[in-house]
Amino acid sequence: MTTSEQIDWRQDIFDVLREQDISLVAHVPDAAHTSLIKMCETQNDIDVVTLTTEEEGVGLLCGAWAGDRKGVLLMQSSGVGNCINALALPNICRIPFLTIVSMRGEWGEFIPWQVPMGQATPKVFEAMNVRVFRADYKQEVGATVDAAANFSFNTRQSSAVLLSQKMIGAKQFKEG
Amino acid sequence: MLHRRPLVKTLLESRPENVLVVSGLGSSTWDVTAAGEDARDFRFIGAMGQAGPFALGLAMAQPKKRVVLFTGDGELLMGLGVLATIANQSPSNLVIVVLDNESYVETGSQPSATAGPTDLEAVARGCGIVTTGTITKISEVNLLRDMVYDAPGPVFMNVKVIAETLPLVFPESFDGVTAVNRFRNAAIA
Repeated sequence: MTTSEQIDWRQDIFDVLREQDISLVAHVPDAAHTSLIKMCETQNDIDVVTLTTEEEGVGLLCGAWAGDRKGVLLMQSSGVGNCINALALPNICRIPFLTIVSMRGEWGEFIPWQVPMGQATPKVFEAMNVRVFRADYKQEVGATVDAAANFSFNTRQSSAVLLSQKMIGAKQFKEG
Repeated sequence: MLHRRPLVKTLLESRPENVLVVSGLGSSTWDVTAAGEDARDFRFIGAMGQAGPFALGLAMAQPKKRVVLFTGDGELLMGLGVLATIANQSPSNLVIVVLDNESYVETGSQPSATAGPTDLEAVARGCGIVTTGTITKISEVNLLRDMVYDAPGPVFMNVKVIAETLPLVFPESFDGVTAVNRFRNAAIA
């Protein structure tokens, strides 16, 4: 039996990205995504793009899809608010958009400034017609990202996977 | 100072087959549309600030095509950070042409930052884009054309244009799905 301690959920996300033929990984870095970003950087056929603000990732991935290339945006919940008006682009053009969000401000948070956007993240996505998927346990991360990717790329709609802070662990921030 | 509409039309008349055009909200989109409907154009009618990131993603997805972005000072100012992102990715097939009229003409001609001390070419250079220029005279149009279609990218050209109120020339459809489907078919052909 595999215990939750043995599950490398970042590796599971990486494997799904490869299976989904996702070759453009845009991000504003977050400690929770560090090892996933490193894995992607070792791949010659994946481009990793460090953004100056999360909203750039929305347009970037939409332009890539218009050129027949699939991508994903990695960010933390504080970046979601930066994307709001940009999300009109995938929404009105029915361009598949996929993002994976590491949650802050919801479980064991010790920085109060993270709380407002963390608490607002699901509501903001729903307000902009982004389907919200959520992973609370390590065991379900891979399947959840896979389901969100299928939803987005098969139905041409936007989706977000929220990686709960309970699962990531608040201590991750201190280590990162 | 140049007149933007005939300038864009002139540039697009000599457009090579492999050139994809992206235009930013809003006057740049009317300029590109006034030059004639073309399936190789993707024109923003909203999501201000997203034309640059879109053009970068497109250029990274289609390295054999040349991507030319026409946008305005106001649209670019909304997300100047993308110039740093572009410089770091350094796509050789991406060209940015800013039609800089130093104002927000459609909303009452309020001055933009470039009416003051802000120099967009200097911003682009500071972000790390090496091939840049500022065009101010009609006699420089041939140089501009060479930069747009032949120079190794990323290329950033700031074109000082007259702040004039022009007819709004709308695309055949405002529907985003129609627009992106048509464009995507042409872009990946």
